[in-house]
Amino acid sequence: MNTDLLIFFTSGAVAIVATILVITQYNMIHALLYLIVSFLALAVVFYVLGAPFAAALEVIVYAGAIVVLIIFVIMMLNLKKDAEEQEKSWLTPSVWIGPGILCAILMAEILYVLLAGGFEGNATQAVGAREVGRSLYGPYLIAVELSGLLLMAGTIGAYHLGRQRRKVIHRFLEMTDE
Amino acid sequence: MNAVQYLWLVPLLPLLGAVLLIVAGRNMSKPIIASIGAGSVGLSALTVIVIGVAFLSNPDVYEISVWQWIAVGNLTPSIELHLDALSLMFIFVITFVGFLIHLYSVEFMGEDSGYARFFACLNLFVCSMLLLVLAGNLVLLYLGWEGVGLCSYLLIGFWYEDPKNGYAARKAFIITRVGDTAMLIGLFLLFATFNSLDIETILSAAPSRWEQGSSIATVAALLLLGGAAGKSAQLPLQNWLPDAMAGPTPVSALIHAATMVTAGVYLIARMNVLFELSPVAMTTVGVVGAVTLLIAGFSAMTQTDLKRVLAYSTISQIGYMFLALGVGAWSAAIFHFFTHAFFKALLFLGAGAIIEALHHEHNIFRMGGLRKQLPIVFITFLAGAASLAALPLVTSGFYSKDMILWYAWAGEKGSGLLFIAGLVGALVTALYTTRLVIVTFFGYANTRVSKRPGWRMTMPLGVLAALSVVVGFLEVPHNFWHAQLISGFLGGVLPAAVIDSGIEAYEWALQLLAAVVTLGGIFIGYFVYMATPGLHELVKKKFPTLHQLMYDGWGFDALYTLLFVKPVTWLARASRGDVIDGIYTGIAWVAIAANRAIATTQNGVMRWYVLGIVVGALLIITLGILV
Amino acid sequence: MNAIPIEYGLILAGILFMLGMVSVLIRRNIIFMLISVEIMLNAAGLAFIVAGSKWTQADGQIMFIFILTMAAAEVSVGLALILQIYHQLKTLDTDAANRMKG
Repeated sequence: MNTDLLIFFTSGAVAIVATILVITQYNMIHALLYLIVSFLALAVVFYVLGAPFAAALEVIVYAGAIVVLIIFVIMMLNLKKDAEEQEKSWLTPSVWIGPGILCAILMAEILYVLLAGGFEGNATQAVGAREVGRSLYGPYLIAVELSGLLLMAGTIGAYHLGRQRRKVIHRFLEMTDE
Repeated sequence: MNAVQYLWLVPLLPLLGAVLLIVAGRNMSKPIIASIGAGSVGLSALTVIVIGVAFLSNPDVYEISVWQWIAVGNLTPSIELHLDALSLMFIFVITFVGFLIHLYSVEFMGEDSGYARFFACLNLFVCSMLLLVLAGNLVLLYLGWEGVGLCSYLLIGFWYEDPKNGYAARKAFIITRVGDTAMLIGLFLLFATFNSLDIETILSAAPSRWEQGSSIATVAALLLLGGAAGKSAQLPLQNWLPDAMAGPTPVSALIHAATMVTAGVYLIARMNVLFELSPVAMTTVGVVGAVTLLIAGFSAMTQTDLKRVLAYSTISQIGYMFLALGVGAWSAAIFHFFTHAFFKALLFLGAGAIIEALHHEHNIFRMGGLRKQLPIVFITFLAGAASLAALPLVTSGFYSKDMILWYAWAGEKGSGLLFIAGLVGALVTALYTTRLVIVTFFGYANTRVSKRPGWRMTMPLGVLAALSVVVGFLEVPHNFWHAQLISGFLGGVLPAAVIDSGIEAYEWALQLLAAVVTLGGIFIGYFVYMATPGLHELVKKKFPTLHQLMYDGWGFDALYTLLFVKPVTWLARASRGDVIDGIYTGIAWVAIAANRAIATTQNGVMRWYVLGIVVGALLIITLGILV
Repeated sequence: MNAIPIEYGLILAGILFMLGMVSVLIRRNIIFMLISVEIMLNAAGLAFIVAGSKWTQADGQIMFIFILTMAAAEVSVGLALILQIYHQLKTLDTDAANRMKG
């Protein structure tokens, strides 16, 4: 067993455990902290798989920007202690049964496909930022432009939806008299 | 050519007014709407006067072809205006009385929210009516004919919020449509025979094509009579007119008294050659007129609604015109149309002023004593009523009715029965007119007057009152004075009535008889309603069935309901659940049920949607593995 | 270095994905659902990276970048919506926002 494989297993296990903790937490901030751990562990996995650029992005964008954004929103919502109580009341053991069975079946199928389908081979060589950059601004240029547009749309959408008007209720969420 | 070539302006101006009001009336202020609505008809009336002057200096038959309308095979009707003495008289009445009524409406409808709609419909009506009487071919005439029917429908149902008014409008439209269908078949018959629908062509070709009294001429004439009876509310299609009073009063005055309802008279007078070919049709016209004038006259005696009295009176007076047409006294019929247009419009406008002044009170027995409170309305109404009752010597109604009675007796086609019917009708007319005036204007004031009409309402009343006295002197019986302007004027278009020889000597006697009958009617009215109070209640109690029968217009409504409405509704109900329908309802039902079933999955709970996606993915992957 | 069998990487991606999916299914709190979606996206990204490293191609990483972009846009819009929902309904319960039903 070489070092890389050891690192892969360790960080993979960390990622799985951290994710399990994320999905079982009642407190949002705790869940987010475990999420960061999970992301960081995955970044290590990326690195040992030979994708250093992706690993860096994982740390910067996922663990950094996106999680921070979610934390901001949680802070803006100003949730009290009773939010945690509520979460506890929602997450009774019985709700785990159905989704758990479904996902177990799905997982079993994926395992079957992976193990019986001849997915073999090793990651042999690292692909650095240079190649990624060449590809991005070469054959994938149009896709880059499109993702730029997507981000633009996201910005405008977030601005439009996030405006808090005093009286006027957004028409998608308008209260109907029932 | 002279000023007559601008004839096309006459129908065009009201049409422009109507289009303008329909398109932009919503955004206009009331003064602008009023000036467009009344102004367009006023300009049209001025044009008619100019044309009339030119026509009088050079009377002829003018044909003004505006453009080719349709060209299919032999059917080539064009938009072609035909002006002769007959149509000139009609367009004069339509534009002139029409203008006065528009002016009246400016104030009468002042508070109404549908101001622009009202004037748009009224203008469109004037345009259609002008097209009807100016049409040079029967297709254009039919266009105008249906146009006035449409406007009549729109205006009867003007206050459509009340379902009763919509019902009245539909009733008027459907019943006249029965007549229109007959007329349309008549037009097909004429086209099949003459290969043309040009009026001149038909009239000149008819005598050579059909021999006197031929059955096909009779059929054609009777079909046209059907159309005329529908439009003019004659037996057996007369029962829509009293209900048509649901419309605003100016509409009743213009459409249901002065102009549209006389379209039937115009049609028969215009197609006089055709009717002369068939003695049977002529007799039918006369009998229809005589019977109608009697039953409507009797109904008018029992009505309590002011406007319904006038409506029945209109039916009755048009019955006189048909009587005159039936005995071949063409110009007498047109003369009576002429005088009737003025005095009946006047009576309706006066009635409108009264109803408006009394908070929309229609029942004459709740009026009373208005003589002192509405003096102008009283005087003018009295002039109109005197004319309607044919008060001897001083009113126009006397001269026109006397002319009809004279020809009914002395005319070649006249008969004693028709004359007696006319004479009884005159008595009844005088009676119910007297009753109307006494009950409305004399006695105790039962309702307080809340508002007095302004000048725009009283001015038309005054003008019409003056006219309904004066126009009678245009045509005096020839044993009085040599002034037969109307029949002389119409002589070029309509054949003169033929009278039996050696009967002129009795004309004095007949006139005296008519005058005595009229005065007798007035006296009976005075005696029953004024001199001995309570007598009319007594008479009413004595003959309750007869009274009810006359009040209901002789039960024609009930009869038609039993004969036509009930079977049709029964049939409609019976065929509601048939098999073919079942297939379509079945398809609809399946679609609705499927919709309901699928809609229940759309429950708005997001987790269910996620679950759906997961189960779907699971199914697809399972399938991928198994297959 | 780099002797990691790719099926291990794919199995790791699968496990993470399943965890995210279970979480989406069981949670009613909309923020937790958003977080779970992030986990699933991340797992998908991992699968791309693994595939890319097997063929020693940059395409896997590029796909990951696109997923990242998409996730960023999705989170911004999603969070704005969460704010609005909380503003209107005074709760983060997705079952409360169930008026859009057929």
